[in-house]
Amino acid sequence: MFKFFLIKLAQLVPTFIGVTIVAFAFIRLLPGDPILLMAGERGISAERYAELKAQMGFDRSLVTQYFDFLKGLLHGDLGNSLVTHSPVMDEFMSRFPATLELSLFALAFAVIIGLPAGVLAAVKRGKTLDHTVMGVSLTGYSMPIFWWGLLLIMLFSSTLGWTPVSGRISFLYFIDSVTGFMTIDSLIAGDWGAFLSALHHLVLPAIVLGTIPLAVIARQTRSSMLEVLGEDYVRTARAKGLSNFRVIMVHTLRNALISVVTVIGLQVGLLLAGAILTETIFSWPGIGKWMIDAISRRDYPSVQGGLVLIAFIVMIVNLLVDIAYGVINPRIRH
Amino acid sequence: MALLDIEGLSVRFQTSSGLFAAVEGVNINVDRGEVWSIVGESGSGKSVSMLATMGLLPWTAQVTADKMAFDGQDLQQLSSRQRRRIVGGEMSMIFQEPMSSLNPCFTVGTQIDEMIKQHLGGSRKERHERALDLLAQVGIPDPARRIKAYPHQLSGGMSQRVMIAMAISCNPRLLIADEPTTALDVTIQAQILELLLRLQEDTGMALILITHDMGVVAETAKHVVVQYAGRQVEKQDVKSLFANPRHPYTEALLSALPERAGDQDRLPTIPGVVPGQHDRPTGCLFNPRCRYATEHCREVEPVAAPDDPARTLCHYPLEDGISPSPAAAARDNPQSSPHREVRP
Repeated sequence: MFKFFLIKLAQLVPTFIGVTIVAFAFIRLLPGDPILLMAGERGISAERYAELKAQMGFDRSLVTQYFDFLKGLLHGDLGNSLVTHSPVMDEFMSRFPATLELSLFALAFAVIIGLPAGVLAAVKRGKTLDHTVMGVSLTGYSMPIFWWGLLLIMLFSSTLGWTPVSGRISFLYFIDSVTGFMTIDSLIAGDWGAFLSALHHLVLPAIVLGTIPLAVIARQTRSSMLEVLGEDYVRTARAKGLSNFRVIMVHTLRNALISVVTVIGLQVGLLLAGAILTETIFSWPGIGKWMIDAISRRDYPSVQGGLVLIAFIVMIVNLLVDIAYGVINPRIRH
Repeated sequence: MALLDIEGLSVRFQTSSGLFAAVEGVNINVDRGEVWSIVGESGSGKSVSMLATMGLLPWTAQVTADKMAFDGQDLQQLSSRQRRRIVGGEMSMIFQEPMSSLNPCFTVGTQIDEMIKQHLGGSRKERHERALDLLAQVGIPDPARRIKAYPHQLSGGMSQRVMIAMAISCNPRLLIADEPTTALDVTIQAQILELLLRLQEDTGMALILITHDMGVVAETAKHVVVQYAGRQVEKQDVKSLFANPRHPYTEALLSALPERAGDQDRLPTIPGVVPGQHDRPTGCLFNPRCRYATEHCREVEPVAAPDDPARTLCHYPLEDGISPSPAAAARDNPQSSPHREVRP
């Protein structure tokens, strides 16, 4: 198992190098120039432009710049933002917990509803419940995030007034940041009101962000369960005189999970992408909103640093999925 | 009282083109410690009738029977909870494909343990000891190591041994083996059959062996049921079956045995295939392939004569290897032996 882990870890190295190249090249390939954008409509003299360019290090060759970026990266230094002049790492880290909290709640929502829905649909194949689950999940899957988010805001926030429209917590509360998770920090502070307010703010964005993964997980679970239910070893399990519950929840689900876990892992990448839209709709102060701002300002260090960090997180999650895969499926381990 | 008493078992499947009778009118009455065999080609409904007995058919199957009792308990009347106590505990089954019949996610030990826990209980240590003991009984070398193995680490023969160990783990009184050797090498086939027979003798359980190999029947069973296209066509003890087959289908199966073909240079075969759902003939289901079939056979469905102990499903049951059918007399004029293929 340890060897399996090391091999998987080693495989990440070339991927990571590729990511740094793409992240570095991506923002520079976009038209637009950070210095001109900063100067705004008044423009800037050629001397001042050259001076600033040298100051930011953009006058050097791309190769030198890239290796500079790589060197800093290996030291954990992603450079400073061109706009705020504070370290990119700090900017990212101060916003990342908000995105992580949102994504985790969205994923939890998707798994907690999607997995049982898929199992039930498979067990009740062809019945009304099956058609309902599949119909609803197809609708959810086809729903554009921004539109779905706006619909929910209109209904629950504007019309019914059940949930707040934006933000992470009511301005009435001020909670010291310990973990960066508003829900956990408010519990640590022992402030119930703040905790409820944080949850209140979290519900709608989490549902919006979790809808597509929910649909994907439900459909994958159903088809995977149906496939496994036809296997010989499920018949063996029934021949052992086991209860229907045990046959389905132990013998069938365990095997069906192998493909579901892969799909859940793939959803994490999509979650971070979806977070950008969701955060914009709900003014959620996470990295999605921050990245959008950085891109529009051509803040090279922030964009390349942010991309590398996001890619790094997705890679780590996939590594964890691979490991989970090995734990669930003994045929991979050996 | 028979251990397994089945009268008039029928299984119908709801298909897109209506009900399909996969099994019809099967009777089996297995006494304690008896070895039975069910023979017939693929598609004869051998497995389906036994899966119906075990209650393992999918929900699309409609199982009906005049009588379906295990040790006096009516299987059709039992609640599913009561039936699960019998299935696996008192009556267990092994299958054709050992490699896919074990759950790939659990070790051999876990899968045996689960069965013991379900029916016999006992402490974890006792169950572990029993599992080790069972693995040794079915001839698995180094049980202490194999008990931790996953199914994909075992060969087909080993997997079938594990299946057998699991099936006998709760001291069943009846073991149903559904073509247990079909997927295995010839050398392993013999070993597995030997193992099954030894276990049967040691434990005194009854054994029903589903097979399409008449050679296996001769070596193992005491009683034989012959099935064709879901119908039971004949039921005899093995000696009289081999000496005096009553149904032309049985006779044809026997003459296809290499040992019986004698000095002929070509092995006799039965022309055609078992009819499926859409190509069932009228009259006797075997008539298109039967060498003795007459117009009567093609029109009227046969019923077993009430005084016939073999319950032969034929208008002209064979008597001492000779068919009373007019077709036989007309055709077989120069040839005396019914086992000989007529060749130009």
